[in-house]
Amino acid sequence: MTETSSPRWFTPFNVIAGLILAVGAVVLVLRFTLGLAATTNLTHDYPWGLWIGFDVMSGVALAAGGFVTSAGVYLFGMKEYKPIVRPAILTGFLGYFLVVLGLFVDLGRPWRLPYPFLVQAGPTSALFEVALCVALYLTTLFVETTPAVFEWLGWKRWRRLVGRLTIALTIFGVVLSTMHQSSLGALFCITPTRLHPLWYSSYLPVFFFVSAVAVGLSMVIVEGLFSHRAFHDQVETTPEQFDHITLGLGKAAAVTLAIYTAIKVVGIGMDDQWHYLATGWGLYFLLELLGFALLPCILFTIGFRERRVALVRVAAFITVAGVVLNRLNIAFIAYNWQLPQRYVPSWMEVWVTLTLVTFGVVAFRWIAGRMPILYEHPEWKGIH
Amino acid sequence: MSISRRKFLSGLAVGAGTLASRVAGASSVRRFAGYPGRYGLLFDSTLCVGCRSCEQACKEVNGLPPLSEADREDKSVFENQRRVTPDSLTVVNRYREAKDGRPAVYRKLNCMHCNEPCCATVCLVGAYTKTPEGPVLYDPEVCIGCRYCVTACPYYALSYEYNDPVTPRVMRCTMCYPRILEGKNPGCADACPTGAITFGRREDLIKAARERIAAHPDRYVDHIFGEHEFGGTSWMVLAGVPFGELGLPEGNTYTPLPEIGTAYLSVVPLVLTIYPGLLAGFYAFTRRKEKLSKQEAEAKVVEALMRADAETKAKLEAAAQRAAKDKERAVAAAVKKALEDAARKAPSDKEDGR
Repeated sequence: MTETSSPRWFTPFNVIAGLILAVGAVVLVLRFTLGLAATTNLTHDYPWGLWIGFDVMSGVALAAGGFVTSAGVYLFGMKEYKPIVRPAILTGFLGYFLVVLGLFVDLGRPWRLPYPFLVQAGPTSALFEVALCVALYLTTLFVETTPAVFEWLGWKRWRRLVGRLTIALTIFGVVLSTMHQSSLGALFCITPTRLHPLWYSSYLPVFFFVSAVAVGLSMVIVEGLFSHRAFHDQVETTPEQFDHITLGLGKAAAVTLAIYTAIKVVGIGMDDQWHYLATGWGLYFLLELLGFALLPCILFTIGFRERRVALVRVAAFITVAGVVLNRLNIAFIAYNWQLPQRYVPSWMEVWVTLTLVTFGVVAFRWIAGRMPILYEHPEWKGIH
Repeated sequence: MSISRRKFLSGLAVGAGTLASRVAGASSVRRFAGYPGRYGLLFDSTLCVGCRSCEQACKEVNGLPPLSEADREDKSVFENQRRVTPDSLTVVNRYREAKDGRPAVYRKLNCMHCNEPCCATVCLVGAYTKTPEGPVLYDPEVCIGCRYCVTACPYYALSYEYNDPVTPRVMRCTMCYPRILEGKNPGCADACPTGAITFGRREDLIKAARERIAAHPDRYVDHIFGEHEFGGTSWMVLAGVPFGELGLPEGNTYTPLPEIGTAYLSVVPLVLTIYPGLLAGFYAFTRRKEKLSKQEAEAKVVEALMRADAETKAKLEAAAQRAAKDKERAVAAAVKKALEDAARKAPSDKEDGR
């Protein structure tokens, strides 16, 4: 490797990303040497903060695009969406990898991460189920990412081998995703006294799964927008094809969000919590439900019907923000709603989260810049 | 119900060998009423004077930084609602100030040692054990520090050593389990100068509490907090004011929280068993549709070819018929011509013959 392109190192992106990562590295050193008290605003009443609410709970939902698109293309035969499967699976793999990193930073004794599987299992815990599924699904996503690596390396036998596993891996991915996306919601089924009744529901697992599908689709739209800008020279789909894909994803997201809004309303009805809607918490709940679920649902619908791609993209951004807001509400905003004390993340917590996201974007760029992610390798065109 | 579900899930994790018996258990209607003869503590808030002797005793027994004499005399701590921390596994709070001759109301906060503890259910390494003696114990040797137990506890009774970067632990009252094994009372029960804390077998404590309420109906709210709440607790509370005023969840269900919280987990094995076949079925439908549409396309080609073939045949036949007709016509013409020729010859023959 000769350093012929040295001036290209100091692009605005690289400088900003480098700064974020450098400061992040220092904060992480502080976290592991001084402890959680010195770096976070976590308390005994709020043991779960930004790192669980965003890095883990939102991260898993945002990475749902992989299983949604691969199921659509490989199991349901929606072949015109094939160009987005690989970037979605790569986003999923990196997303789950960051979830595990985020968890590693948050755990009191992270080096004991494999204990639930190796030392002593607690199978009555929803978190045990989440941990097991995330571990298995991360492995699945890793294997699903390898075809691009093998094509890049020219390892034909290995590429053929994983190609034969495509359907089995896709099915396994959907099974695992259904289980752990919903179990993340089930984590809070045991806290009816601590989570605000408008957010608490015995349907929480279903809410989490359905909103994960919606935000998975939305993240594919958002990720496609950025990767097509950054790698326009690689992209093989015509602008018309790409718009067609974006509109199709928007249509699916519209239906999913309509279902989500409906079951949220059913949830309030089932537990008869209507009277809380007239309180301050109720207004905030309505802001989340109407502003960040029903509104994008309507925008997706209009965007699809009138073929307005920009509107579909706006709706996708709102959906991403809405699902993150929902997870943060459940993790610590509407949590402990009866306590006078509130939790606000420290700047170091925010910085670690920023560092993880930046790391993900840098890794995506590095991989997509080298491997056949956004285009089909000429030797393997049209093959699983 | 929750026990059997728990057993069912652990059956999945441990191995399929025991599965059959555990599924049979899941359909059972039997109830586990708790370990017989287990211990508990009764806290009578009408007797508590806020002297914090129990706090002091707790610190001594557990080797935590002690309260100084000045600390204990400092009544300003009651101006805020405190909670348990790693340094204070129990704290006494004041919920109502002394007024118009009525005494102040205090309550002691600590782990309630639930009959069906949430912390034990939510722990993904099974670090918690409900002992037959009553106390819920925590094992820091397997704890990974996820703090799900601290989050889930409905009594806000757990705390975490955030200050320790290497060996942080969940900190909580142990009900003085080692002292109970030695036949002693928990430290706080021995230290209480007013008799507000009574240690004993849980069923005896419930009887004693009922007797106190019956003897002084004007002094007590007619309820023993913790007898049934969320399946019941080892620490139980008597009060002269509504329990909500003492910061305890009031009017809650008697159903254990683990039963409410793990109901969904019974669906998980179904996803694992139903989904693969279902999804493979969807894939098979897709393949079948693709195959059918391919066959349809092929059939159309064949049909088109056959139609083309039939047209050619018809054309050939028509041509052949035309050819046959032409031939017939030619034969007929030839015959006609021959006959005419013959007819033309015949009269001259006749003339020659005459």
